[in-house]
Amino acid sequence: MKHNSTFWMTSAVAAMATSPLAAQEAMGIDEKVNQIFANLTGPFVSLIFAPFPGTSFPWIVMWLVVAASIFTLYFGFVQFRFFRHAIQLVKGDYSDPNDAGEVSHFQALATALSGTVGLGNIAGVAVAVGIGGPGATFWMILAGLLGMASKFTECTLGVKYRNEYEDGTVSGGPMYYISKGFNELGLPGGKILAVVFSVFCILGALGGGNMFQANQAHAQISGIVGDYPGWITGIIFAGVVFAVIVGGIKSIANVTEKVVPFMGILYVGAALVILLVNYDQIGWAFGQIFAGAFTGLGVAGGFVGALIQGFKRAAFSNEAGVGSAAIAHSAVKTKEPITEGFVSLLEPLIDTVVICTMTALVIVISQQLIIDPATGNYLLNDAGTAIATVDGNSGVSLTSAAFASGISWFPYVLAIAVVLFAFSTMISWSYYGLKAWTYLFGEGKGSELTFKVIFCIFIVIGAAASLGPVIDFSDAAIFAMAVVNIFCLYFLMKLVKKELASYAARLESGEIKKFTH
Amino acid sequence: MTVKIVIGLDGTDTGERALEFAKDLASKIDACELIVIYIIEWSPFTFQTAEENAQRHKRREEEIELATTRIVDPAVAALKKAGFKASGLVRHGDVAETLNALTVEHGGSQIIVGRASSDGFAKRIFGSSTQSLVMHADVPVTVVG
Repeated sequence: MKHNSTFWMTSAVAAMATSPLAAQEAMGIDEKVNQIFANLTGPFVSLIFAPFPGTSFPWIVMWLVVAASIFTLYFGFVQFRFFRHAIQLVKGDYSDPNDAGEVSHFQALATALSGTVGLGNIAGVAVAVGIGGPGATFWMILAGLLGMASKFTECTLGVKYRNEYEDGTVSGGPMYYISKGFNELGLPGGKILAVVFSVFCILGALGGGNMFQANQAHAQISGIVGDYPGWITGIIFAGVVFAVIVGGIKSIANVTEKVVPFMGILYVGAALVILLVNYDQIGWAFGQIFAGAFTGLGVAGGFVGALIQGFKRAAFSNEAGVGSAAIAHSAVKTKEPITEGFVSLLEPLIDTVVICTMTALVIVISQQLIIDPATGNYLLNDAGTAIATVDGNSGVSLTSAAFASGISWFPYVLAIAVVLFAFSTMISWSYYGLKAWTYLFGEGKGSELTFKVIFCIFIVIGAAASLGPVIDFSDAAIFAMAVVNIFCLYFLMKLVKKELASYAARLESGEIKKFTH
Repeated sequence: MTVKIVIGLDGTDTGERALEFAKDLASKIDACELIVIYIIEWSPFTFQTAEENAQRHKRREEEIELATTRIVDPAVAALKKAGFKASGLVRHGDVAETLNALTVEHGGSQIIVGRASSDGFAKRIFGSSTQSLVMHADVPVTVVG
């Protein structure tokens, strides 16, 4: 990846500095590099996103959903049994007042959420509903509910096997629980798997957690102010991210971290307002969701098409099973690692079951999807690949149009929200990538700075170019993290079960009790 | 029976005056113990980056160390030098709530604090910690102007 970036940078500089003819040649080099890169990474991307034979169902989506179902059964529906307890933990009912000033359960949850709530909730859901119809929402909710068990498993392990250093800082995540957990169980290969995970994590951080975000943020901004070169957005974003992660200018991060949750609440609030105004259609919308889930209501691929889109969106949006959340949650202050597991299971609930569902409901209720009055089924577009929409909108513009039908000025707020979500996702992933980097190359100022600078360079590249193959590769890298992570979780889940049994017994007996605040 | 008086400091001049007032009061009581408390304003419901979270424990130790050496220890030393029985505490939390909770926990019979030192916009909207303490404390509160 680094080698490739050097090529990109060199050619970009050459294009700016030389004559139009030379620039044209440079463009040619860009295309060639893109082509070479696509050829090199193509097999990897195809492997990760390969569909089951004779279907368009990517096996990686099944891998995540099957794992979530297995964890749900293995832990006896932990996401429902301990749901109330999770809320109590977040409220601080079980927090020792003497630990005041340490990272609270709420803070760990909020930090992890800011890494997952983003473009997937706004643009991705529109794609899912646009292709799979309202029925996709049903499968998305189901996958979100199951995904809660995957988060529970990985985040418990993240806290249990984190490294606590002498200077008081902590590092945690799959690379630590894979190597330490396998060691504890006497299994071979832990170290190698941890290294493989770290490599994918770095690639995922530079790609999906960086280039894709920069690219989409630029698309949003240029959609409003008019087209202009992407590298300008890239340099501004890179400058701000550099100031935060290298310069240590906390105030920018602090402002973002405060504004992003506000944006999330505003987004859900606006969706609720639209739903309230159209309250007489909520029953109809749910009717469409249930009918669509099992019949497809005319969408391409029928109900299987709806199912694929729903599962895919949930898995891509909440990252359950990917392992990234385990890095974010591991800084919490608790004597019981499993408490953070309980708290983390709220994440897919908020991200997928609440926010994604709100987006889907608004799109359905605003009747942006065109229905054939004769059959009651959805009409397909000319290509027959997606449902025909009013004005032909898709992706984020579909969400935008749906909100605009209820609140005319909301698209502007949405654009700001998209940019801020992209920024906060970048900050989060810069940390995930850094942790994987330091796991491989050691902790230290020089090593950390190297990664941070590389990260900022990739922001410019991501915003400047339409990097189809690179983005495909980055997404593939994020899901490759899930291949390694879930494979290891199957071996490590018995350690979590032991913790769960012990904690549940002590909670029952009253040994673990609430603190009076 | 020993009377325990809590002095809430905030690192400003008004805190110094609260300390003087407490000395004055304590000198009139036979068996009196002074507890100097400094609360570092903190809430478990704020939003932080992953990196800040990872360093939080270290920062917390630094904050406590700083408050202890700069504010609480000198105050306790001055009180001891003047012949009083004194001790100090530093905690994180909501200033009014935590000061009250610690007073109750340590059996304090009253709290002495300085007048609100913050001023301006924020104070008009949210009120000061002193106001909040006066309204919600479980023991008598003396505000020194």
